[in-house]
Amino acid sequence: MELLGKTKIDFIGMRKISFIISGIMALIGLVAIVQIGRGAANMGIDFSGGTAMQLKFSQPVTIQAAREALAKAGMKEVELQEITGGNQLLIKMHKSDITTGKVADSVQAALQQSFPSNPFSVESSTEIGPSIGDKLKKDTLVAVALSMLGIILYIAWRFDFKFGVGAVIATMHDVLAIIAVFFVLNKEVNLLLITAVLTIAGYSLTDTVVVFDRIRENMHKSLKDPMIEIFNRSINEVLSRTIVTSITTFLAASSLLFFGGEVIHDFAFALVVGVVVATYSSIFVASPIVALWEKSAVESKA
Amino acid sequence: MNKGYTWRISLILVFIIASGIYLVPTLVSPLPAWWSGLLPKDKIHLGLDLQGGTHLVMEVETQKAVEGSLDLIATDLEDSLNSQNLRFKHIGKLGGDKVQLTLYDRASAGTVQTVVKKKYPDLEVLPLTDEGGFVNLQLRINDKEAQVRKDRAVAQALETIRNRIDQFGVSEPIIQREGIDHIVVQLPGIKDPKRAIELIGKTARLEFKLVDENVNAATASAGTLPEDDELLFEKRTDPATGAVSETPVVVKRKAIITGDLLTDAQIRIDSQYNQPYVAIEFNSTGARLFDQVTAANVGKRFAIVLDSNVYSAPVIRERISGGSAQISGSFTEKEAADLAIVLRAGSLPAPVKILQNVTVGPSLGADSIKKGLMAGLIGVALVVVFMGIYYKLSGMVANLGMVLNIVYLMGALAALGATLTLPGIAAIVLLVGMSVDSNVLIFERIREELKLGKTPHAALDAGYDKAFLTIMDSHVTALITAAVLFQFGTGPVKGFAVSLSLGIIINLFTSLLATRVLFDAFLDRVHVKRLSI
Repeated sequence: MELLGKTKIDFIGMRKISFIISGIMALIGLVAIVQIGRGAANMGIDFSGGTAMQLKFSQPVTIQAAREALAKAGMKEVELQEITGGNQLLIKMHKSDITTGKVADSVQAALQQSFPSNPFSVESSTEIGPSIGDKLKKDTLVAVALSMLGIILYIAWRFDFKFGVGAVIATMHDVLAIIAVFFVLNKEVNLLLITAVLTIAGYSLTDTVVVFDRIRENMHKSLKDPMIEIFNRSINEVLSRTIVTSITTFLAASSLLFFGGEVIHDFAFALVVGVVVATYSSIFVASPIVALWEKSAVESKA
Repeated sequence: MNKGYTWRISLILVFIIASGIYLVPTLVSPLPAWWSGLLPKDKIHLGLDLQGGTHLVMEVETQKAVEGSLDLIATDLEDSLNSQNLRFKHIGKLGGDKVQLTLYDRASAGTVQTVVKKKYPDLEVLPLTDEGGFVNLQLRINDKEAQVRKDRAVAQALETIRNRIDQFGVSEPIIQREGIDHIVVQLPGIKDPKRAIELIGKTARLEFKLVDENVNAATASAGTLPEDDELLFEKRTDPATGAVSETPVVVKRKAIITGDLLTDAQIRIDSQYNQPYVAIEFNSTGARLFDQVTAANVGKRFAIVLDSNVYSAPVIRERISGGSAQISGSFTEKEAADLAIVLRAGSLPAPVKILQNVTVGPSLGADSIKKGLMAGLIGVALVVVFMGIYYKLSGMVANLGMVLNIVYLMGALAALGATLTLPGIAAIVLLVGMSVDSNVLIFERIREELKLGKTPHAALDAGYDKAFLTIMDSHVTALITAAVLFQFGTGPVKGFAVSLSLGIIINLFTSLLATRVLFDAFLDRVHVKRLSI
């Protein structure tokens, strides 16, 4: 079976549209990063410090009732979220005056008092002091920077500088796009999201490298053809591979999203978004950048 | 026509058998009796997020350890100056790094100075200063010495915590030092995390102090106390109402006996009131001190103080020799048992602060495993069906490679004793999608070559050869990010990085070597006109 026959799509020609779309996404992503840096986004407690609990009640509990119960006990700045199915409640509190190690106890005591006839079990509870969050933030930044650097060096060594830059811009684009989606949907920014983002960075790069490999091969084969034509032909040649791999990875990531459970729901969501964005960027972002650069280099020589 | 696939097939089989052997301890439990000797016993560990448990990061307040040692030095100096009949006005801790001796004149200060220098060569003796007719002599712990003490405090705390956990009874706990003053504790499968945390975090500094009967405790306040007294409280919980009452007790600041002199502590039940108490045994020094003090203070009260809380302050009725005593208070049987554990394991050299506490209940962990496996199976099924439809027989070869990939990965995880976390399962599911990618690359190449009119075998060779570099490039880049994740990640993220990087490496083998040998073996034996691709 073949999804696509021999295609002759002018991908580089579509760059105006694709650059506008990508530019907007990257811009939102940058805004999101600034907001995350200021702590104004929906931060996970692993970065901000605080307490998160997942409780399972024996009977349904409304968020309103739980909020009132906690407010009565002096806990006012609480984020509550219902988990679909099983009467579960997620409770999140950022930095509070109560010392670490006591918040979870106070929450339990307050809820036990307000719902005496509705016992609950603690499915999970996480308390993180602010100093740990700060260290994690620093480590994460170092990790992201290091992996980006490693990738630039490898691509620059295997191809040349222009390809390296193109690959990194495309990868950064994907990272920004995932963060933008999470920011716009107000999903939590936590360590698992960073993990997903780095994974997608690796995946996106794989996609880009495959396209670049073919471009390089065709550049050696036909030196006389115009640059843009070589790029377009190469992308078209590997297009069915790009699509097929995206489909298989997308299928696997989607099954995580739909069947993997609450704990990795957002993680899987980031992967699914990432697979789509990475496929798009290897075709519409990485190659056009290198193509234009190569073209102007050739023209200025002529 | 042997193209060397005997060794390739053997290699594949050897890896399958090795994976199988390494997976036995994980899949079979308990192991059969004949499974012994060199056969592996390590199994894939489940992360705390999958089996439930508690992950703690604690900080040892090392500055307090330094201050504690200053108190000890002050007490010790007081004793030795007294025994040498050297007169002094006051000795005490000053700030966070000094001990100050206040003396009556410069002449005695000089004598004391030589005594101090001889006794504590590690301490820095500062020049004498005059103040209000007295002479001050200050001793300072320098930074290097303080660092040594801090370091020792953390090492000691680690040892004590390990002892306590061992006695509490947790299977496969992990207790490690992290960085300068952090201790990481992992307690898998623990049922009562709150109790465990209280047990681990208790400083458990036990002191016996004489009650100062000359001061009325009810009216005393911190400002009006004599200099060598302190005000503590005895807390009692009414078992019926749960109400807590506090009784003030004024005690001498100096402890007569401390918990260091204990050899044993056991929980006992009072036969008369059916109340639990903790029976303690002193070592010979402790027993002698206890004997002397009780003999000299019959009729007075002796306060048993744990972490600045008075547990009880019984009247000394008679001289107690033999070196045993008991601590009673209003505690439950569990509390008494835990108190006995912390007393046996010894006190922490400094208080610890809990920085991070992640607790996952066992039902959530079980749920995560179930859902993770479900997602994995569905993911595999979807990919298998898609590849079968899209690449027909060749797709099934790729599927076989993917299954091999998973089997090898599980075997490698077991062989390395790696920890599987929920993100780790996610990585495996993701790998299912990614692992067919190499074969997709190869198959697309083969299709191109076939379109150019090559024979199936030539197309196959060209496909594998031309795709090789691309596959290498893409795997190396993916490995770079996985390695960084491994280096910086903790807990669940680390599990993800382990699964991902192992999977990437194994994928190189299965896609380049394992699937190819199937094609080669088939094409050499059967003459085909068309490749099913």
